[in-house]
Amino acid sequence: MNQPLLQVENLVKNFELRANSGIRKTKRIVQAVSDVSFSLDKGQTLGIVGESGSGKTTVGRCILQLLDITSGTISFEGKNLGGLSFEEMRQIRRKMQIVFQDPFASLDPKMTVGSSIAEPLVVQGVAGNHEEKVASLLELVGLAVDHAKRFPHEFSGGQRQRVGIARALALDPALIVLDEPVSALDVSIQAGVVNLFGDLQKRLGMSYVFIAHDLSVVRHIADRVAVMYLGKIVEIGDKKSIYEHPTHPYTKALLSAVPVPNPTTERSRSRIMLEGDVPSPVNPPSGCRFRTRCWKATELCASSEPQLVVRPTGQLSACHFPE
Amino acid sequence: MMSELVLSIRDLRVTFDTPLGPLEAVRGVDLDVRAGEMVGVVGESGSGKSVTFLAAMGLLPHQAKVSGSVMINGQEMLGASNKVLRNMRGGLMSMIFQDPLSALNPVHRIGDQIVEMLKAHQPKMSDKDAAKRAVELLDIVGIPQAAERAHQYPHEFSGGMRQRVVIAIAIANNPKVLIADEPTTALDVTVQAQILEVIERVQKSFGTAVVLITHDLGVIARVADRVNVMYAGRNVEKGGVEALFDHPSHPYTRGLLASLPHEGIERLTPITGFPPNMLMPPPGCGFAPRCSHASDACLVSLPPLQTFGDLETACIRAEELVVKAGLS
Repeated sequence: MNQPLLQVENLVKNFELRANSGIRKTKRIVQAVSDVSFSLDKGQTLGIVGESGSGKTTVGRCILQLLDITSGTISFEGKNLGGLSFEEMRQIRRKMQIVFQDPFASLDPKMTVGSSIAEPLVVQGVAGNHEEKVASLLELVGLAVDHAKRFPHEFSGGQRQRVGIARALALDPALIVLDEPVSALDVSIQAGVVNLFGDLQKRLGMSYVFIAHDLSVVRHIADRVAVMYLGKIVEIGDKKSIYEHPTHPYTKALLSAVPVPNPTTERSRSRIMLEGDVPSPVNPPSGCRFRTRCWKATELCASSEPQLVVRPTGQLSACHFPE
Repeated sequence: MMSELVLSIRDLRVTFDTPLGPLEAVRGVDLDVRAGEMVGVVGESGSGKSVTFLAAMGLLPHQAKVSGSVMINGQEMLGASNKVLRNMRGGLMSMIFQDPLSALNPVHRIGDQIVEMLKAHQPKMSDKDAAKRAVELLDIVGIPQAAERAHQYPHEFSGGMRQRVVIAIAIANNPKVLIADEPTTALDVTVQAQILEVIERVQKSFGTAVVLITHDLGVIARVADRVNVMYAGRNVEKGGVEALFDHPSHPYTRGLLASLPHEGIERLTPITGFPPNMLMPPPGCGFAPRCSHASDACLVSLPPLQTFGDLETACIRAEELVVKAGLS
């Protein structure tokens, strides 16, 4: 059997909160990611969805070692990324890239777009003609070659995001973490960027971790989907099983909350209305973290934490009373 | 019988002076809102949807040049005195925004902020009655234990609860019109569903007309009765929500709907290009540079809204295109 490109096992990431109010200093811990495991094959896309505070962005940053993980292992091409030396990590970083949400903040306003795209090549000491490489990257993402001489302020949001993608592609990565890459774009522009991700994957065969809160975009682009709630994966599996036969009540509620852009179906379908907001991750509920908003919750859900279990429709979900 | 007209905007134009020259953000918008209806205003960033209503509320900085007419409950608001505007804002018409935290004062209790709004418009109301009414309002917008929560500060509320508080303040004086500018954009989808329900409840139970400004076509499909599609500072299409989603006539509306991901399609269909620079808007149809159907005539003058079946469409080729689409 082929080994997966990326394997995340029992990933935990804690953040310390220092509250300096009052006389005594108190230290509190937020577990942003709590025991998360998944794998990603070559050429595949894993969508990670969840609401704010679910830990989806933190997972992405941990994969790239942009954050030190608290415990667990992340293996890339079979190599454990924990324990690597600075130099070894630098070599591996060539193969893992990230595209951020905000195309305005992620480009240096004082650098030409061409030098921004060439920067990873310079940092990694790649020999050869950078100008040519930049030109081919610009073409690859649907921009013109002479755009290299311009500055970020001369571009629209969608174009800047294409520049960010060109920069991520500069080192021919095997994995790109896309952290809400189209959320800041208008829908008519978003469609073009989503198509670009699909085309690039077909041509270059890299894998994506696609982090988003927009479930319809994830449905379009992902092969597999992980649904996160308060730092945990509550359901993970093939796109088809997750969207067509959700087994976790949270997945069901989340899918039902997304309004469908068709007034006739939107007004006739039944909806699950969740009560309240996502609880604070500083103090998550005992047992199942979703139980405070779940209409099926019983005492069992408060006392024992459900584990991820394989369901008849193929996906894994963590619920005592699956659908 | 049509219900009474509570907000009527005619030929509204807004120009900002910028160092690079005049920027025409709104270029002749007409819009009617009747009592008790929910009107959706949809458009992408820079389409002028927010500026239209900031102008109607008299909330733009005085450097902005505003012309046209804004009638609220039969009274002209453009050029009205500060006193008239003060009575209108929060009295006849209220507005809520995307970010509920910046709309609330962090150092005052929630209850007091509602009382402040009540007494600004009903100075004769006693403190006791106002406090009681504040708790009632919090209850209406679905805040549990309203009496206790009224004594808390904004930071003690979650994002969704804060937006409920803002709605309570906005409806405190039973306004005729509530303008909601992207009220759920900063919220998670499960919380968005709750807030839309609160807004609908206010609309249905008090007969408040609601203008919902959003970029989310799904939200429009869920709650709006009528829809106005804006592009480059103009109304490009308007009509009933079912008609507009079922058979949009303007190429922009069609492009917008086609660019959304939906089941069973391999590739999305983006609209090519990007919106015009409003410092130098094209002389003709604002959408023409991105429109695959544009002809020479489209580039000459601004197309007016014309009745077209059950929609109003600002496209000189709408009829022709629909015939063509029907044949193919």
